[in-house]
Amino acid sequence: MYKIESKNVDFFYGASQALKNINLAIKPNTVTALIGPSGCGKSTYLRLFNRMNDLIDNTKIGGQVLIDGDDIYAKGVNVDSLRKEVGMVFQKPNPFPKTIFENVAYGLRVNGITDKKFIEERVEETIKQVVLWDEVKDKLKKSAFELSGGQQQRLCIARALAIQPSIVLMDEPTSALDPISTSKVEELIYELKAKYTIVIVTHNMQQAGRVSDTTAFFYMGELVEYDNTKTIFTNPKVERTQNYITGRFG
Amino acid sequence: MKMPDENKLAKQKKRNQSIAFWIFRLLSYLIVAILFAILSFIVFKGIGVINWNFITQMPEEGMTKGGIFPAIVGTLCLVAGSMLFAFPVGVLAAIYMNEYVKDGIIKKIIKQMTNNLAGIPSIVFGLFGMSLFVNKLHFGDSILAGSLTLGLLALPVVIRTTEEALKAVDNTFRHASLGLGASKWQTTRSVVLPIAFPNIITGLILSIGRVSGETAPILFTVAAYFLPKLPTSIFDQAMALPYHLYVLSTSGTNIAESRPVAYGTALVLIIIVLIANLLANGLRKYFGKKVKMN
Amino acid sequence: MKTFYKKFSEKFIEGLLMLSSTITTLTVVLIVVFLFKEGLGVFNKKPVEDGFVIALNKQNPVNKLTSAQLKNIFDQKITNWSEVGGKKDSIILFRMEDITNYYSEEQIGEKFERLPQCIGKVVDSLPNIIAFFSTKYLDKNFQGKQLDIDKISFKEFFGGKEWFPTAQPSAQLGVLPLILGTLWVSLGAILLALPLGLAAAVYMSEIADEKVRKVMKPLIELLAGIPSVVYGFFGLVIIVPLIQKVFDLPVGETGLAGSIVLGIMALPTIITISEDAMRNTPRAMKEASLALGASKWQTIYKVVVPYSISGITAGAILGIGRAIGETMAVLMVTGNAAVIPHTILEPVRTIPATIAAELGEASNGGLHYKALFALGCILFIITLIINLTVEYISNRKKYNNR
Repeated sequence: MYKIESKNVDFFYGASQALKNINLAIKPNTVTALIGPSGCGKSTYLRLFNRMNDLIDNTKIGGQVLIDGDDIYAKGVNVDSLRKEVGMVFQKPNPFPKTIFENVAYGLRVNGITDKKFIEERVEETIKQVVLWDEVKDKLKKSAFELSGGQQQRLCIARALAIQPSIVLMDEPTSALDPISTSKVEELIYELKAKYTIVIVTHNMQQAGRVSDTTAFFYMGELVEYDNTKTIFTNPKVERTQNYITGRFG
Repeated sequence: MKMPDENKLAKQKKRNQSIAFWIFRLLSYLIVAILFAILSFIVFKGIGVINWNFITQMPEEGMTKGGIFPAIVGTLCLVAGSMLFAFPVGVLAAIYMNEYVKDGIIKKIIKQMTNNLAGIPSIVFGLFGMSLFVNKLHFGDSILAGSLTLGLLALPVVIRTTEEALKAVDNTFRHASLGLGASKWQTTRSVVLPIAFPNIITGLILSIGRVSGETAPILFTVAAYFLPKLPTSIFDQAMALPYHLYVLSTSGTNIAESRPVAYGTALVLIIIVLIANLLANGLRKYFGKKVKMN
Repeated sequence: MKTFYKKFSEKFIEGLLMLSSTITTLTVVLIVVFLFKEGLGVFNKKPVEDGFVIALNKQNPVNKLTSAQLKNIFDQKITNWSEVGGKKDSIILFRMEDITNYYSEEQIGEKFERLPQCIGKVVDSLPNIIAFFSTKYLDKNFQGKQLDIDKISFKEFFGGKEWFPTAQPSAQLGVLPLILGTLWVSLGAILLALPLGLAAAVYMSEIADEKVRKVMKPLIELLAGIPSVVYGFFGLVIIVPLIQKVFDLPVGETGLAGSIVLGIMALPTIITISEDAMRNTPRAMKEASLALGASKWQTIYKVVVPYSISGITAGAILGIGRAIGETMAVLMVTGNAAVIPHTILEPVRTIPATIAAELGEASNGGLHYKALFALGCILFIITLIINLTVEYISNRKKYNNR
């Protein structure tokens, strides 16, 4: 059984086609890296899994995206519930203009949970999960803007995890971070694999190599190659993949 | 811990959202309705009054009959006079601020002072204009004094719109010109200004709209209650449309009978503002870039 | 030679540009100088007009009277000397025209040539008299006591509850009713405009699609462009009669009418600034909220509004500022009674309206004139504070966003 499947997925911004016939299946509790040059469609593809592209006017999708076997673009699908199931971490740390505590509690609150004790426990648990607890436990009531960039990003990961999704999407989560923060986030991704299915978009080849189990290489809206990360990096079947990975273009 | 029922929750969220959105939509439409109420009221009441004679004749019979020609001429004089002062000064100041002076204390002070000037209520301009131009410089109640007062009021608007227009010019144009050995002023004059020109003009038109409706600054610097002749020099008093409307509606000799003239005057004022706005919007659309009024 | 010419003209032009850019600064400085020079002059003046004297009989122990006491005496609200620290005797008022009660026209003389002596005699003969007359008719050998009147004090000016700048013999210059009137009307305006303006800002920036927004934006700008005198006219012919009818009042010119008109006028400021602020909310932040399963509405009130709160505050404060400084519309609809208002259904008078209504009658350089400039100073200071507050708020925001 696959966690995520996409079958013949096309995607259009107005008249221009951003994704062409993508077929891909992701197993549960794995980390999948989406790589490729800018504008290849990898971010667009990632944002299909929680229907984030719905927010953009004049877009169209063809084919099917299945999560746990259900078509998430079928009629009558509750998008809010879907997004609860599929967490997302963004390129730049984007905490809300709220306290550290409220940032993590946000997803619980907007999903109708009012039990104070439950929220407190879950917030603590999640912040511990992203290894941030020792750094912030004394300033939970302070603004999230007071944290460093790396701390903010881990907080955003905690925010996504607090509502207990089964899938976590990460859109270049370390591109705005310094090397030390980056390695902390990478360690975290590795550990989270036990509980979640993770899909990560990255520009950084080394990062893809370090954290992912499988890698998909996109080029000009097409899925060029999809395989075990090891295979992709050591023995790619397509020459274009080889060229990209070795830095001949990108 | 019981998790909330997904479907019930979703329904509730949807309902809250549509209630909230409807309230906001209605309140927004209410504002538009207020605008149309004001406009249509004045248009309906005033349209019957306006004709060729109304705009070209002198007031008659204690301003209850006749036209508003001197008020129109007065307002035109004031607009022209104030823009003759504010437009060149404002554009030059904006050029200095945007092209010449570097970030630092001087720029900060000038910026702050321009902001402060923009925030001063128009009646204070009236007080100032009266004490400086009318009394101290002995211009008397005159078109000159009124124009200068209005010009000072419009100055921050001109500076701001011009600055935005200049900022919208891409730096590559400047670098290209300077790279060819052109001086700073040559670059500004022959490269930056032509590109920014449409937006600068848009700002100018908007300030004209603003100046033509101002009353408080001209109360004590130029405005005449009733003057059955046209001004012949810049040292003459003059009637002006907004002041005329004020007088007709509050302190005329016969308020009830002069009401139609008041409606007509209000409509003429509205038409001026409408034309200025349409023109500015048209220009904006035509040239595709934006200049903000506020 | 040519390069010299080029260099020279460059320098000349730069000088010209610099000169232009200093004009705003210069104007602000000049406004401050002129306003405060005239305005502070009010504290150097006595409430009794120059050229007039207040005189008592020389036996009267009273040496000083405040301007409020003087007014009450001549309004016959104080009728006994004991109320102002004198003997227990009723006060006899004497104005110049009262002289005919004491002397015939022949005794005064055809050209009033004997008027000074007559006044002197009257004051001498009546121990309980208080006389108010022109210095022109002050006899050389006047035996009475010329009363010392204090200059107008800060306390009297800011704490006084009555504004009668033309009252005879003693002008009453209490600005309290005017300040309160201004604040009342502006507060009412903002209470009306804020919910409406915010709703429109939220609608335009977050809810409406681009087409609706493209229509609404210029309409809001048009609302900002309508001259204040037209708003005043509209208020006068529509809102004022409506209020009179609805609340069954003797007059419809009330603080409420002012608040409604000012509220409409403050809308564009509030809408434009808060809409700008909300549109500046980073897309990623909104997406993060939606990605957590929040609805669009939850995202608006839990993320967009808190994020843009400083911009919204700035808009509201600037709206108040606009209302406080607005002159013509208020002048036309509030009824302009210079008394401290108790309800919004009474006429009130604001500072700008007072200046506009009275400056025409005030003689150049006189007490009234200077008092109106002092009002201008108050207005200037209020708006300056508002501007600086807005600046502070927006600067703080920049720091937050880094």
